[in-house]
Amino acid sequence: MIDLSRPLPHAPSLVAGSVVMAFEEVCPDRIDLIHKNYRKLCNLLVDVEEWGQVVIISMLTRYARTQFTSPWTEVRFDENKAFYDSDSEEKKDQTEAKPYIMDPDHRLLLRNTKPLLQSRNTAVVMAVAQLYWHLAPKHEVSIVTKSLVRLLRSHREVQYIVLQNIATMSIQRKGMFEPFIKSFYVRSTDATHIKTLKLEILTNLANEANISTILREFQTYVKSQDKAFAAATIQAIGRCATNISEVTDTCLNGLVLLLSNRDETVVAESIVVIKKLLQTQPTQHGDIIKHMAKLFDSVTVPMARASILWLMGEYCEKVPKIAPDVLRKMAKTFTAEEDIVKLQTVNLAAKLYLTNSKQTKLLTQYILNLGKYDQNYDIRDRTRFIRQLIVPNEKSGALSKYARRILLAPKPAPVLESAFKDRDRYQLGTLSHSLNLKATGYQELPDWPAVAPDQSVRNVEIVEPSEEESSEDSEKTSSDSGKSSSGSEKSSSESESDQKKKKKTKKAPQKKSKPAGDRYTEIPAHCLIPQNDSKNPTFRTSGISLFYVSFQVTTSSFGPLKTYELLHHMTGKGLSAKYHFPRQPCLYQPSMVAVQVILNNSSDHALEEIHIGDRSPASLNIHCFNTIERLEPGASVTVSMGIDFSDSTQAANFQLCTKEDQFSVSIQPAVGELLMVSTMTEQDFCKEQGELLCDSKIIVKRSKSVFCFSILLAEMKQAV
Amino acid sequence: MIHSLFLINHLGDIFLEKHWKSVISRSVCDYFFEAREKAVDPENVPPVLQTPHHYLISIYRGKLFFLSVIQTEVPPLFVIEFLHRVADTFQDYFGGCSESVISDNVVIVYELLEEMLDNGFPLATESNVLKEMIRPPNILRSVVNTLTGGSNVGETLPQGQLSNIPWRRAGVKYTNNEAYFDVTEEIDAIVDKSGTTVSAEIQGVIEACVKLSGMPDLTMSFMNPRLLDDVSFHPCVRFRRWESERILSFIPPDGNFTLMTYHISSQNLVAIPVYVKQSISFFEAGSCGRLDITIGPKQTMGKTVEDLKVTVHMPKAVLNANLTASQGNYTYDFTTKLLVWDIGKLNPQKLPNLRGSLSMQTGVPNPEENPSLNIDLKIQQLAISGLKVSRLDMYGETYKPFKGVKYVTKAGKFQVRT
Repeated sequence: MIDLSRPLPHAPSLVAGSVVMAFEEVCPDRIDLIHKNYRKLCNLLVDVEEWGQVVIISMLTRYARTQFTSPWTEVRFDENKAFYDSDSEEKKDQTEAKPYIMDPDHRLLLRNTKPLLQSRNTAVVMAVAQLYWHLAPKHEVSIVTKSLVRLLRSHREVQYIVLQNIATMSIQRKGMFEPFIKSFYVRSTDATHIKTLKLEILTNLANEANISTILREFQTYVKSQDKAFAAATIQAIGRCATNISEVTDTCLNGLVLLLSNRDETVVAESIVVIKKLLQTQPTQHGDIIKHMAKLFDSVTVPMARASILWLMGEYCEKVPKIAPDVLRKMAKTFTAEEDIVKLQTVNLAAKLYLTNSKQTKLLTQYILNLGKYDQNYDIRDRTRFIRQLIVPNEKSGALSKYARRILLAPKPAPVLESAFKDRDRYQLGTLSHSLNLKATGYQELPDWPAVAPDQSVRNVEIVEPSEEESSEDSEKTSSDSGKSSSGSEKSSSESESDQKKKKKTKKAPQKKSKPAGDRYTEIPAHCLIPQNDSKNPTFRTSGISLFYVSFQVTTSSFGPLKTYELLHHMTGKGLSAKYHFPRQPCLYQPSMVAVQVILNNSSDHALEEIHIGDRSPASLNIHCFNTIERLEPGASVTVSMGIDFSDSTQAANFQLCTKEDQFSVSIQPAVGELLMVSTMTEQDFCKEQGELLCDSKIIVKRSKSVFCFSILLAEMKQAV
Repeated sequence: MIHSLFLINHLGDIFLEKHWKSVISRSVCDYFFEAREKAVDPENVPPVLQTPHHYLISIYRGKLFFLSVIQTEVPPLFVIEFLHRVADTFQDYFGGCSESVISDNVVIVYELLEEMLDNGFPLATESNVLKEMIRPPNILRSVVNTLTGGSNVGETLPQGQLSNIPWRRAGVKYTNNEAYFDVTEEIDAIVDKSGTTVSAEIQGVIEACVKLSGMPDLTMSFMNPRLLDDVSFHPCVRFRRWESERILSFIPPDGNFTLMTYHISSQNLVAIPVYVKQSISFFEAGSCGRLDITIGPKQTMGKTVEDLKVTVHMPKAVLNANLTASQGNYTYDFTTKLLVWDIGKLNPQKLPNLRGSLSMQTGVPNPEENPSLNIDLKIQQLAISGLKVSRLDMYGETYKPFKGVKYVTKAGKFQVRT
C-alpha cells in the first residue's frame, strides 16, 4: 500500500489502475488506506486507462458505501441537492443546516464518474452504472439509462449481461427504462437467452398505460418458432395478468384461445398459467374449467395434466358432473402416469371423496390401493396419509374430523414474480449477480453507515473548497499537479479576472500534450519566481540576480490554499498538525519561506508545552513559533513559522514536542512554494528572458530551482 | 483475473490454449461442451457458466469460441470486453479471425496474448502500442524471419504507452497528410405485417483514417449535434469540450480507429428507406405454400438504394422453393433453411418482385407463424438521421491536410414481421 500513497509523480494516471488492482488482490479490506488517496483517485479517474477505471470504480463504490451516509432519504431534500449541484460553493453553507446534505467527496465521486458513461469500453459503462445505482440519490440514477440502452447494440454477450442488470434494475425502478421500452422488443434473430431476458424486462415494465402495446407484442412472440421462447411468453402474459387487474380478463381469454394451439408445449404452458390465474379469481370460470377437462385427453405434458387435475379437485363443486368422470379416466391410466400426475390424482380423489362420496367412494379406494403399492415412496406416503385422513375408521383420531377443512381450505393464490426478484442482494455488474449465486471472492456491498465517519480523514493535500471550485471550471486541474515537478498548483479561478494582463502559462511540457477536454491544465496568469525576498535578492546565481531588482512582488493571498498533513492525530497521540504555505513574504527573514501550522488537540486531555525540538540537518534555519503552554482538548491554534529551504526541495525535518512526547515531522515544499508571484511589464519580461536564455545552460547546472524557472520562461514564451 | 484462454472451433476442438497464471487442465472445457450441446445453436450458449471450481466466460466470434477461465469474482463484462478486444486485435493484425488464420500465425498470436494480458490483468490493448512492439505480419517480413530466424518483436519499447496519449505514436511522418472520416449509420427497425413501424432506431459510427504527421490537434463540429441522443467516444476525445460546445476535439491515433459511436433512440422519428409488400402462406392441402415479396422505395431522400438483399429464415417444414425473381437472383439452402434474395440496386420504376411456390414436407403440420424477413441495404452519400459534419480544423501543425467525409446508411437489424 505504500505505493498507492505515492505513485510515480510524473504519471500517476498510468500506474493508478495497477496499484488499485494490486490493492484489491492483497488487502481489499483495508479501507483506511484509501482515505488519503480518495480524492486523488477520483480526480485521476478520467485519465486512467480503461481497465484500471473498472477496478478503481468498483473499489470506490465499496469505499463510498462505508464512508458516506445514505442519500436515499425523503424526496423533499431533492431540490436542495439540485441547486447544490449548480453552484456548490456559496450555497453550501445554507444547505449545511438541512438534515441531509451530501458529503462533497460523495458528490465528487459521482461527478467525476459521469463522463465515463461515454466510454467505448462497455465494462466501464457498466461499472459507472452500478456505481450510480448503489450510490447516487434516487432521482439521479436515471442518467445511466441511455448509456445502458446504447450497450444493447453491442455484442451478444454484452447484451446478455447488460440485460440481466437492467432486469434487476427494472424491478425496483420501472420509470428508468419505461421510455425505452421499444428497445427491448424482441427480434426473431436474437438468441434465446437474450429473448427471455428482454421478455423479463418487458414484463417488469408493464403498467396500465402500456400494457396494451406490450400484449400486442406478446401476441407476436407467442407464435414464434422458438417454442421455449413462446412458453416463456405465456408465463409473461400470466404475470402481466396478475399484476395489472384491468387486463386479467383479456389475458385469460387470450390464453384460453391458446389452448387450441397446435403445439403442445404452448398448450401445456397455457394450462399451467391459466391454473394460476384462476386461483386468483376463481368465481366465474366454470366454463374454462370445463374446457380444460375436454382437453385433458389430448394433453400429454405431465405438468399440464397435473394442473388440470388440481383445478378439478379445487373447484369440484363447480363441475360436479365432470370431475368424477375425470377421476374415472385417471383410475384407468393411473399406473402409466408421471409421479406429479399421480399425486394430483390422489388429491383429486380425496377431495371428491369428501364432497361427493356417493359417486366416487369406490374409485377413490381403488386409486388409494394403487397408490399404496406404487414404486415411488412419495406417492405411497401420500396415499397412506390421505387414507388415514379421509376414510373414517376406529384408529383415525381427531384429525379426520377436520379433513374437509384441511383439504378444501381456501388457498392463497400464488404470486407470480420475476426471476430477478432476489438478485438485488448482489452488487450489480458482478459475476455473482450474473450467476445468481455467490462467486468465490465476492465481497458484499457494505450497507450505508447510520452516521458518517470522520470526513477529515480524507483531507490530504487539497482543501475541499478548492476542489469544488476548480471543478466548476471546464478545465479542471487534476490533483496530481501538486506532485508534478513544476509544482505550479497555484491555480485559482478568481485570479484570472484579477490579472488579465499577465500571460497564461501552460504547466509543464508533459502536461501540455494531454488530450481530452478535461485533461488540459492551465495555470492562471502569473509568472512564478523564487520566493526569496524581492528587495534583497540572495540568489547565489549571479547571472540572474539582476532579474529581480526591478519588479514588485504581488502577494497571492487570493488563491485557495492546499493544506498538508504534518502530524496525524493517531501518530501524534491526539496532537494533530497541518500546515500550509500562506505564500506571503516571510516576516522573520527574507530567505525564509512562511509556513503556517495549525495545531489541533483531538485527545481527551490538555497538551502542554508544545514546541519545536531538534532539527535535521542541524544547520537548518527555522524560525520557531513560541512555545504553546497549554492546548485544551478539542481546541486548535494556528502558529506561523519560517523555514529556510535554501532554494531546494529537500524536506525540513524537525521534531514537534509536547511535555511528554516528541514526534518527528517533516515539511517538504513543492517547488512552486519556493517561487513567488510577481508582475512586470512585457518589455521587462522579454529583456530578462533574453538574458536568461543565453545563460540557461549554466543555470541548469547550478540550481535546481532556477532550472524550473527556465522551463517556466520557455513555457511563457510559447504562451505569449 | 483471467486465468486461461481456450480457442475452440465450431467442431468443439480446442486448437489453442494460453495460460497466464497456473495451467488449468483442458478438461474444464467439458462443462462448456455440455452447455454447447444443450444449446443446439452456438449462439444460444450462455456466456457465463459455472463449474465446481471455475467460472467460464465465453464469446462467440466468427465461428470460434473464445473461452476464458476465471477463478474469482470479476465483472463479467470486463472479461467479455477484453475477449472481444482480443478478437478485434486478431482481425486487425491478420485481416480475419478464423481458425486457419490463427493457426497460420500462431507465434504472433502467442506474442500478442502475452502482451495483452499480464498475470491475468489487461495490459496493452491499444492497437497502436501493440503494433510498435509486435509488428503485423507481411510477406516480406515473414520471408526474412524464416531465413534469419528473427522475430516480429520490436526492438524498442513503445513510447506511447508511457505517455499521456498512449494511442498515438511519437514522430509520425507522412508525405501526404490526409484525414478521412466515414459516417456510417445503421437502421435497426421492426416493421410489422401491415407496414407500420413497431420500433426504429439509428446506430451511428464515425470511423476515421488519419494519416497526419506530428501531433495534430483536430476539432470536428456538426451542423446538428442535437440529434445525437447518446454517444461514446474513443479515449482521445475531450469530453468536456463536447459537453460544453458539442465539438469533438481530439489528438487522433495514427491510422484507422473508431472516433465515436452514437445512438438515436426509438423516441425520435426515424426514416425507413424501403417498404415491403409480402404475402407468405402455407396451404393445408397439397403441402405447398406461396410466397410473394415486393420491395419499393419509401423515404430515400432522393438517393438510390443499393445492395438490397432479403434473407428469410424458413420454417423447418419447407423443403424447397420454386420461385422467380424479376430482378437479381435467389438461393435456398436446404440444410440451413435460408432463403436469400440478392436484388442489388433498387429501381423505383420497376419494383423487384419475388414470387413462386414452396414445397413442404408432407405429414408435418403447417407452421403457424410466417417467417420474418431480414433486409439488408446500403445508401451511399446519405446519413439517414440527417447528421452532417460542418467543419474540421487542425491545430498544432502547420501543413495543410487533405480532409474528406463520407456518409453511408445501411440496414442494421432491419426486420419485417409477416
